[in-house]
Amino acid sequence: MKGFVDLDRVSLRYGEDGDGTLALQDTSMRVDSGEFVAVVGPSGCGKSTLMKVVTGLWPPTAGGVIVDGKEVDRPLSITGMAFQNPTLLPWRTTLANIMLPLEIVKPHRSQLKRERVAYEAKAHDLLALVGLKGFEDKFPWELSGGMQQRASICRALIHDPSLLMLDEPFGALDMFTREELWLALQDLWLARRPTVILVTHDLREAVFLADRILVMSARPGRIIADRTVALARPRKLAMTYEPYAVGLVQELRDHISAARETPREIQ
Amino acid sequence: MSDVALPPRKRRRPFSRNKAFRRLLPWVVVAAIFLLWEVGVAAFKIESFVLPAPSAIFAAAWEWHWAILDNAWQTFIETAIGFVFAIAFGLIAGVAIGSSSLVYDGLYPALIGFNTIPKVAVVPILVIWFGIGTVPAIITAFLLSFFPILVNVATGIATVEPELKDVLRALGASRWQVITKVGLPRAMPYFFASLKVAITVAFVGSIIAETVAANKGIGNFMLVASSRFEVPLAFAGLLITSAMGIGMYAIASVVERRMTGWAMRGASGGMFSPGG
Repeated sequence: MKGFVDLDRVSLRYGEDGDGTLALQDTSMRVDSGEFVAVVGPSGCGKSTLMKVVTGLWPPTAGGVIVDGKEVDRPLSITGMAFQNPTLLPWRTTLANIMLPLEIVKPHRSQLKRERVAYEAKAHDLLALVGLKGFEDKFPWELSGGMQQRASICRALIHDPSLLMLDEPFGALDMFTREELWLALQDLWLARRPTVILVTHDLREAVFLADRILVMSARPGRIIADRTVALARPRKLAMTYEPYAVGLVQELRDHISAARETPREIQ
Repeated sequence: MSDVALPPRKRRRPFSRNKAFRRLLPWVVVAAIFLLWEVGVAAFKIESFVLPAPSAIFAAAWEWHWAILDNAWQTFIETAIGFVFAIAFGLIAGVAIGSSSLVYDGLYPALIGFNTIPKVAVVPILVIWFGIGTVPAIITAFLLSFFPILVNVATGIATVEPELKDVLRALGASRWQVITKVGLPRAMPYFFASLKVAITVAFVGSIIAETVAANKGIGNFMLVASSRFEVPLAFAGLLITSAMGIGMYAIASVVERRMTGWAMRGASGGMFSPGG
């Protein structure tokens, strides 16, 4: 059976002459539809590159990428993305920021004018779900960092993307805010079940959120471990301190330290 | 003793923070400059044809006010037309250069080269093409003022965060959509800031052209006045020019604040950041 996202021995070398950095080498992975997968690895291992390859923003140098049964040869239009930096537009209110994808994505774009009320109601619901009720008309710079990040995740979800790509979305937040957002993200995921690929360097975060965790090697990146997280949903924060989760974090840690100590030869 | 309520201590705002005082301040400074000037001219017995006293300048300006207003209007119209063309061209070329590295690499060196040419040297050529008068002044105003607009718009568009571009492209946005949704709004603060520079240099352009080749306008007026040794009148021309420049600058500032208040939020206060 095919997965929703299939990477088949993908390599990516930056630069045009073939002498740039080799960021990915023979990376193969598979993510099923509706699955929540976390990708962890040492810093600079090509995690963000992996995101760009999957979404079609960078064409791979070798190998094939298949998403939703189609070969990816241009940027996908079914993706929602959120990054460590919330990248909200400062001239738009929170609500207008979240509505942005609807002005671009195809079926919504033409319907937006006629059904603005319905779409706005949807945006309000989404904001309420992440605890931003009442902040619709505030500008991003009137929100705290955590609130901006919530809004950024809402923007990534408003058009019901079938693939949600999160590149260290909580990396710049303090631990308490981060844990709050884990819960919010879990609720969102349980309510809508998109396929999620989360890049993170926080192993507790990966264990709390993901169904499956992929460990990448040091650059050039490659998947070196694949672990299923056997924790029931909805998960509670306390679960991350129970022996199973702690053991899993420990194991992932060992993989990553090993990957850092013995960088593979660059060919 | 510790329960004794302290009398509420009034924090006096320093007078220098007073709003009305702040608004009055520039006028006070201008008045002080004129006063010093007047006193200096009288004290050192400077001849009027070297440096006329402000009182003499104002007297001359009053005596010739119709001629001055007539010429100032000519200069103003030329400047405004040149400026409007500069805005249109600066915006279009700025978007093209800022959004395409191909256009940037191809066009930018030529533009830099062109901008380095002293525009006063171009005026005689314009006169050969268009004759003496209004057209060379408009073109010179345009040539001087489009460049700052172009560079600023291009910078605003070229510096869109790559992540933001990725967010839009991953939604299937076309290049044009990235420009209209993000690039242009983001370039607006740069654009309005450049207008303030551009309008002042547009005046420089039209007056240069009038000085070299025209029979009307403030530049021509000052040339005639100084050739007749009516130095106070020449200074009156300077004053009206600077008044027009300040007026246009003020209009540009008001428009800027209206359109891009989001970029100047620090000034208005009202920020708050609840824990989140």
